[in-house]
Amino acid sequence: MTDKPGLLTVEGICKSFIGFKALDGVDFTVRSGEIHALLGENGAGKSTLIKVLTGVHQPDSGVIKIDGQAVNVRDTQHAQNLGIGTVYQEVNLLPNMSVADNLFIGRQPMRFGFVNRKLMEERARELLAQYDLHLDVASDLSRYSVAVQQLVAIARAVDMSGRVLVLDEPTASLDRHETEILFAILRQLRARGLGIVFITHFLDQVYEICDRVTILRNGKLAGCALTAELPKIELVSLMLGRTLAIATHNTRRDRPVPAIRQFSFKGLGRSRSIAPFDLDIGEGEVIGMAGLLGSGRTETAKILFGIETADTGHVHIDGNPALIRTPQAAVACGFGLCPEDRKSDGIIGDLSVRENISLALQAQRGWFNRLSGREQTVLADKFVKALDIRTTDIEKPVKFLSGGNQQKVILARWLATNPRFLILDEPTRGIDVGAHAEIIALINRLCDDGMALLVISSEIEEIVAYSTRVVVLRDRAHRGELSGDEITASNILGMIAAEPEGASA
Amino acid sequence: MSRLNTAALTKAMPQLLSLMLILFLNYLAFPGFFEIRLQDGRLFGSLIDVLNRGAPVIILAIGMTAVIASRGVDLSVGAVMAISGALAATMTVSGYPVPIVILAALGAGLLCGLWNGILVAYFDLQPIVATLILMVAGRGIAQLITEGSIVTFNEPGLIFFGTGSFAGIPMPILIAALLLTLAIAVVRRTALGLLIESIGINRSASSYAGLNSKLLLLVIYAFCGVCAALAGIIIAADIRGADANNAGLWLELDAILAVVVGGTSLFGGRFSILMSALGAVIIQAMNTGILLSGFPPEYNLILKALVIIVILLAQSFSSLGGWAFLKGEFRSKGANRQ
Repeated sequence: MTDKPGLLTVEGICKSFIGFKALDGVDFTVRSGEIHALLGENGAGKSTLIKVLTGVHQPDSGVIKIDGQAVNVRDTQHAQNLGIGTVYQEVNLLPNMSVADNLFIGRQPMRFGFVNRKLMEERARELLAQYDLHLDVASDLSRYSVAVQQLVAIARAVDMSGRVLVLDEPTASLDRHETEILFAILRQLRARGLGIVFITHFLDQVYEICDRVTILRNGKLAGCALTAELPKIELVSLMLGRTLAIATHNTRRDRPVPAIRQFSFKGLGRSRSIAPFDLDIGEGEVIGMAGLLGSGRTETAKILFGIETADTGHVHIDGNPALIRTPQAAVACGFGLCPEDRKSDGIIGDLSVRENISLALQAQRGWFNRLSGREQTVLADKFVKALDIRTTDIEKPVKFLSGGNQQKVILARWLATNPRFLILDEPTRGIDVGAHAEIIALINRLCDDGMALLVISSEIEEIVAYSTRVVVLRDRAHRGELSGDEITASNILGMIAAEPEGASA
Repeated sequence: MSRLNTAALTKAMPQLLSLMLILFLNYLAFPGFFEIRLQDGRLFGSLIDVLNRGAPVIILAIGMTAVIASRGVDLSVGAVMAISGALAATMTVSGYPVPIVILAALGAGLLCGLWNGILVAYFDLQPIVATLILMVAGRGIAQLITEGSIVTFNEPGLIFFGTGSFAGIPMPILIAALLLTLAIAVVRRTALGLLIESIGINRSASSYAGLNSKLLLLVIYAFCGVCAALAGIIIAADIRGADANNAGLWLELDAILAVVVGGTSLFGGRFSILMSALGAVIIQAMNTGILLSGFPPEYNLILKALVIIVILLAQSFSSLGGWAFLKGEFRSKGANRQ
């Protein structure tokens, strides 16, 4: 297999943006008939490399070769003509148009100047049949799950380009079963001789499906190896540039059970959102919250933080009744919330890192008690340093930071208010291994400093690693609680999967 | 600090250049354009005239900037001007003292702004629709106040706000300058500037961060209403009467234009009240110039559109880093010569 010719080769690619070298002399080869993982922390240069390959960016220097011929990829259209097809993380299809339209948009078969629907739909069926997908091609794409939409996007990209397929985190929003289907199709395409570039954050998937890995770090090539010859621990250390015992396995501490639980929520609930639940949290505790997507985890967080108002129940803080019907009220009680959807509910994209970090504290201080520019700078500098936020400048708009760094900015925003109770909704979703480990370490540190934390996560290993207690949710209700030695991945999974008729995904 | 000022100046370059060009063209069309003289203790001259005539739109643009920065728009300001003017004129004719009249007219503007704010912030209506309601209904309300006629008055205390002067400076200019200074000071000395930009860019995330975005929106629209009322009083005082049908007609569009020319995006976010005022001055300088040049006023609208296209294109060029690019080009050429 190692003797297969290089289908797509890049040599010595450099690309700089203002004040920042995104790619620095990177070499990368995709061979025909292989699945090649492209790995690296956020900001390592993966996206930039892909954008250079697909003609979105022009490299400052370096060569791109296809079948040994040097080419100059002018734009995305040109990249497609050269045989390089891309499917992005957020599927770029038109959900309100039919499956067939999506497959053939811009190249519909025409007759008398009109789209020949019949022919187009027939071709669409044939095309999808190759993937064992039998869909109603005339119905709207939005009728199908994200997984199927992803497959349609892949079918389209392969049909149009057919030599190299670039997949940018294709499994990020797929469940286990859907991932299996995707992998089956990738294996089929590999057998057909395509070169597949696979970008992911899930290391297990790299070992499951990829033949080779290329690892980038800080815009430079950190390593390239056959997957089978590269132990996981070595892979992680190449990505991070330091040896790191897998972070999620040894952070668990035996924390004393707090004598008093300062934050007490009794019978809180909201119809059609979450069934009434009781929750007590003490300072110095991390409560893990596990459950499938849609089990009521985020709804719980929203009610606790006053984004949605509870129709039942009451809240006591330090034994005194409290009314939390708005986020302002929650903040006044010393609460903070890092929301699940970072882009729409977290960052203020056009504002600088400095302003984003200052925002919650400023809101708490009131309109007329302004943090001066200097105070904001001091605050931002402090947290950029403390949380190792990677940015060239605190005046940079936060939208230009990578996902992990944006998450740290939002964490910094709340830590600046010195909260007593912090709710983190999926704090590690979509961020790289390094930032992941740092955020878990931060959760432990904050807990040791006496903060009360509620952490919602889909990653059960992670919950096991840091939780003092675990609440399990299912079907919009709190179903049970685990503490001490009961906290194991299999116990949590067992509770999530209990009563199979109710365990809908 | 000086680096910041240079950056601000670079950003303001398209507007400043446009203004200079327009003033220069005005000078060509009317050589006496830059003459200013003191007569009867008041400054006169075309430049003063530009500022004096432009004052109502400057005042509107100040309120409109806050609204647009919050990712909204207020179409009702022209109608609110008519309401406040009608109220001021009618109450003056009925013999109320000037301070009461002014407070009542401003109060009417405040109520109108609160109405808009409640619809936008608490009922989540789209700003363009919410304020369209008052844009249409407002002129009806103004007509009800004046009972369908044009109400004229001769109260010197009120007329003073339109045609009077203080220390040689016409009152409208003085009021606009005062409001401008006050608004900039309030917005930048308090956290309001940051918070308005924040809700304009991402209201949901701002609410999650603990910002009371509803209350802030209400205040923004209320402020815009008060600005409109103030502009309405000045216009009524200037013409010594209130015309419910025509007072402030289409001025909402001039105000929005002033804000956009000043560089604030209709998508909300970063804003500059000073630049919006500059935008209003540019618009008025054009209007005055066309009048002075003796062109038929029909050309006014077309020329205005042309100039605005040029300014917006220059802005777009500028935001794409065009100036820096040209500068770099210039420098590298200079280096080659050495």
